[in-house]
Amino acid sequence: MTTESRLQKLLEKGEFVVTSECGPPRGVNPDIIRKKGELLKDTVDAVNVTDNQTSVVRMSSISSCILLKQLGMDPIMQMVTRDRNQIAIQSDIIGAAAHGINNILCLSGDHQHFGDHPKAKNVYDLDSVQLIQTVRHMRDEGKFLGGDDLDGVPKLFIGAAANPFADPFEVRVPRLAKKIAAGVEFIQTQCIYNLDKFEKWMEGVRERGLHKKVHILAGVTPFKSVGMAKYMKNRVPGMDVPDAMVERMQSVEKEKQPEEGITICVETIKRLKEIDGVHGIHIMAIEWEEKVPEIAERAGLLPRPKL
Amino acid sequence: MVIGEGKPIEEVLSMISDKKKILVVGCRGCVTVCSAGGEKEVSILSSAIRLAREKEGNPIEIREETIERQCDNEYVEELRGYIDEYDAVLSMACGVGVQFLAERYRKIPIYPALNTTFIGGTLEQGVWVERCQACGNCILDKTGGICPVARCSKSLMNGPCGGSSNGKCEINPEIDCVWQLIYDRLKELGTLEIFEEVVPIKDWSTSRDGGPRRIDREDLKL
Repeated sequence: MTTESRLQKLLEKGEFVVTSECGPPRGVNPDIIRKKGELLKDTVDAVNVTDNQTSVVRMSSISSCILLKQLGMDPIMQMVTRDRNQIAIQSDIIGAAAHGINNILCLSGDHQHFGDHPKAKNVYDLDSVQLIQTVRHMRDEGKFLGGDDLDGVPKLFIGAAANPFADPFEVRVPRLAKKIAAGVEFIQTQCIYNLDKFEKWMEGVRERGLHKKVHILAGVTPFKSVGMAKYMKNRVPGMDVPDAMVERMQSVEKEKQPEEGITICVETIKRLKEIDGVHGIHIMAIEWEEKVPEIAERAGLLPRPKL
Repeated sequence: MVIGEGKPIEEVLSMISDKKKILVVGCRGCVTVCSAGGEKEVSILSSAIRLAREKEGNPIEIREETIERQCDNEYVEELRGYIDEYDAVLSMACGVGVQFLAERYRKIPIYPALNTTFIGGTLEQGVWVERCQACGNCILDKTGGICPVARCSKSLMNGPCGGSSNGKCEINPEIDCVWQLIYDRLKELGTLEIFEEVVPIKDWSTSRDGGPRRIDREDLKL
């Protein structure tokens, strides 16, 4: 199904796309998300809005998406299955579609253990694969999971995440295949630092022809400092940061480290652009959205195409 | 079996702070096997309570009893002759035993001396692990005999999340990533193709989500 998603239309035209992400505020001020939106507006084709990422309570993804939509952007509503059962999930899907949101990213979400409410109950009525199935079912069959007909279907372009660096490595291509079998249409990957491993994963993807069945957007996150590189390497599960990259950050003086982080990110994007089957870049500049235009510019991703 | 663990002594003492005469009841079922609420633990807890209360200058009278199973009315009935002589009962059974006692004996309070922790087994001397969440709809045939409902921190049904690292779960390096175990087991069995089947949304109505559960076996009723 072709939706009103700008991201989908560009991908189907064969354009190499650029997405980024916005973390919603920890309070009621809508200007915070608007400001982040303005920083990204002319640099990216669509922007993800995280859903209580790292299990820290923030403004809801759906309401932040509405604020970005009002700026004329094409938001990608991230939805995790941690906090909602199938009733709430379906309700939010149709609510988002009613507000003109065109994209959804289906995730299981970080465990609440990592967040600011570690004593909370988790839901996990569905997992991420089943969430993909749910959106497809509502959109393409026009039915709720319970079997009743929907009065108008949510026309959402359906995405999911893939982490080529988590263990076991052998399961990572089959896991992508499962998401494709469930009906996913685009994939945004975990931050890529270990390019050799990513290329190995992409080889597996191509061997099975999966790159022709789904649009893969390669994820990148610039380091602000050597401290951040070490944190990502040692403390973030499923993240693969090669020693050489940490050493490179270490080798420059502190004031120059942000610039070095950006340079590494730009070099990474240039290499990713050359990989067969990669259809776009997803730039996750964590609380550093103002650097996305510079990264995109230096990586030769600008100007963004018009529809 | 049902695994239990003794509550902190301070919590137990606060439940009975105004009582002068209590009955501590153990259970010879699961909690004896997991060394949490059998005859031996009844004796240890009772001694600790006596000692603490003597130290406070507020002595307490305790009778120690252990019955076959607190989840079975036939044995619970054995307490009938003397239970009402006490100000309170400390049950060292799982939550089922505490409730069976409370349902049968209406006049005196029944307090839990254990926390009922999970359904599991003994891994080695002194180590117990969770294996089942009693979801009421077993899928172990599809997962190499290893349960993702009970053992994945997110109860994921379709494979490991992005936090699986060196065979361990992202929330705690002491916890195995159950999907790594399932994957390895399916590989050993030569049935990896099962992994690629998309597992549909689970029917949780057979789990506690469907309300308190009950089994009626007509073939067994008297």
